[in-house]
Amino acid sequence: MSSDAMAIRNVEVESLPLVETLHGWLTTVDHKRLGILYIAYALLFLVIAGIEALIIRIQLMHSHNDFVSPQVFNRMFTMHGTTMIFFVAMPILFGFANYLVPLMIGARDMAFPRLNAFSFWLSAFGGFLLYFSFLGGSGLYGAGNAPDVGWWSYAPLTARAFSPGHSSDYWTLSLLVSGFGSIGTAINILATILCLRCPGMKLNRMPLLVWLNLVMAGMVLIAITPLSAAQIMLLIDRYLGGHFFDAQAGGSAVLWMHFFWIFGHPEVYVLIIPCFAFMSEIIPVFSRKPIFGYPVMVAATVCIGFVSLSVWAHHMFTVGMNSYANSFFTITTMAVGVPTGIKIFNWIGTMWGGRIQFKTPMLFSIGFLFQFLIAGLTGIMMAAAPFDWQLSLSYFVVAHFHYVIVGGILFALFAAFYYWYPKMTGRMLSERLGKWHFWLFLIGFHLTFTVMHIPGLLGMPRRIYTYEPGRGWDTLNLIITIGAFIQAVAILVFVANLVISYFKGDKAGNDPWDAWTLEWSTSSPPPAYNFATVPVVASRRPLWDQKHPEDPDSRYD
Amino acid sequence: MSAITTLFPGTPGAWSLPHRGKVAMASLIIAESAIFTIFVVAYLIYVGKSLTGPTPREVLETPIFFTICLLSSSLTIHFAGKFLERDKRGAFLALWSFTIVLGALFLFGTGREWHRLIYEHGLTISTNLFGTTYYSLVGLHAFHVTAGMVMLCIVLIFGLAGRVGVEQSARVEVLSMYWHFVDVVWVVVFTVVYVLGR
Repeated sequence: MSSDAMAIRNVEVESLPLVETLHGWLTTVDHKRLGILYIAYALLFLVIAGIEALIIRIQLMHSHNDFVSPQVFNRMFTMHGTTMIFFVAMPILFGFANYLVPLMIGARDMAFPRLNAFSFWLSAFGGFLLYFSFLGGSGLYGAGNAPDVGWWSYAPLTARAFSPGHSSDYWTLSLLVSGFGSIGTAINILATILCLRCPGMKLNRMPLLVWLNLVMAGMVLIAITPLSAAQIMLLIDRYLGGHFFDAQAGGSAVLWMHFFWIFGHPEVYVLIIPCFAFMSEIIPVFSRKPIFGYPVMVAATVCIGFVSLSVWAHHMFTVGMNSYANSFFTITTMAVGVPTGIKIFNWIGTMWGGRIQFKTPMLFSIGFLFQFLIAGLTGIMMAAAPFDWQLSLSYFVVAHFHYVIVGGILFALFAAFYYWYPKMTGRMLSERLGKWHFWLFLIGFHLTFTVMHIPGLLGMPRRIYTYEPGRGWDTLNLIITIGAFIQAVAILVFVANLVISYFKGDKAGNDPWDAWTLEWSTSSPPPAYNFATVPVVASRRPLWDQKHPEDPDSRYD
Repeated sequence: MSAITTLFPGTPGAWSLPHRGKVAMASLIIAESAIFTIFVVAYLIYVGKSLTGPTPREVLETPIFFTICLLSSSLTIHFAGKFLERDKRGAFLALWSFTIVLGALFLFGTGREWHRLIYEHGLTISTNLFGTTYYSLVGLHAFHVTAGMVMLCIVLIFGLAGRVGVEQSARVEVLSMYWHFVDVVWVVVFTVVYVLGR
């Protein structure tokens, strides 16, 4: 029985007028279209926030540069950070979850399709609201336009006295709105996974991607909501004259830091766990082996989910907490490295002895493994409170978390793009452009973020708009800026690949990678209803069973 | 296409999954609990930190009667749901309306207390830390009660129109979960504000 038996023949559809096509996309409740909308919207903001990063890097290229004013520089790093976390990373990962989870569990849509559309548009309007601040943020005061208080917006910078005009309000409201969108999506993912699995898809047969997204959605419920609560408090302070973070009335600025990082650190895991999910699907397929240690992977993920909720104050060692708090957060932060290490061993265990195919998705996955390991190691270094006292708020920290976010999350995302683009569009991405993209981005990444550790160790603080010559930072900063531009070129290659391959790429067919999960059993792109007949599964690799009836996984289940 | 089922051998006999509405409401309750936790923590941290009066000890009166109203509405909504399950629509509507009356009484109690605090004691949200934390925590809860009341009233209107039958029982159950949650939150808020916070 070949997989062609599963194919749903492409029905010729009359091409609709542009307006009707647009109307269809705007009013869609289809999880696949919403997934693509999430991803497209995130890519748009990736380019915007990338340009902001380039502006930052041009300004820091050499000492005493005056490419932008200090005020604009503050706006750039605030908007860059806020956009990248909330309007690039979150929506792009939600987009993949939206697209893949129902397909992988053999469902026809998410549990609540209209809630899904509502959540997407909340997130989307949150992003547009943030960027409207460039026009509307000055308010009546003529005070600066876009938010300029840093992406964590510490009190009392956000108080009316220090942040007149409306720039901070745009920051607060846009994150509040998109936060509600995130909660809606998380609820939807949870309900979909728990209630819509196809017959036979027991919890211990779900693909790891689905398991990890389940944990991610659970974390969103607990981690995003403290930020929403803190934003409500900030609005009360700014509009109703409240005193939550007003030290002059007995309030506490440190409380904001706690509330922000109770959100902020689990957020990192909300972002990285879906990337672990991509790795857990891609590495086995290109190693031609099933994932090593499936139950341990699930357990390690759940463990990360719990432990990461109690590490937040390692962002606050320099605030001056007591020694018990410092010790506690040092220990928990180091502890979270254990399940993460287990995962890295399992991925390597999967590759060990496999017939590895070095296709572009696999290249990015291997890049992820190395870089995420180093990012984790610098994280463990800074988990030690005394080391953190030395290097907190320096470029060493900036290098560390960009290693996580770019070297880890973005590399995993690129792997996911090359792996699932054929499913989403029906066309393969070009391997040639993909290799160019990979190597250029790898070189640019290391020139920027590996080198960036050094000025940090030499004492260069983050968020300064310029610096004195002769401190040993000049050449390093120039190299970092050059690396940033190489990355930008690599992104252009990637975008070109996305566009060219959409029209001219090779036809993908149902299952271009000879993979094992259910999304590859339907046509590319899948029809609106996903599966003509709801599938029934008997093991973790239903397509393996189908292709190898003489030796199905279900025999060992 | 009927071949597909045979492609994956080992079809399970019975396949039942949880109700999506209940899972979603449970998830929402987890998320809401986190929001309330943050407000409760802020309240507790700021107990006694106000630089000026009035203090909770001077102005707060324990709303015993209205608390009893809200807590007993959990019972009435529970039994309303049970009657709907057995398709006893009259009893369902009667208990459902009684739940709404109890919820309205509670909101009236909150309103009266706020009126007294504002007009007799001059305590507003901007007066001091107590005012800020008190009005936001109690107000957040009252907002959830109000949202619940709106949903209860919608069900009542459909019920009076004869559109709520036993087939909607699971959905009514979901709303009932929310209402129980609002009541449990009040137990916490009551303990924090009127017992520990004074």
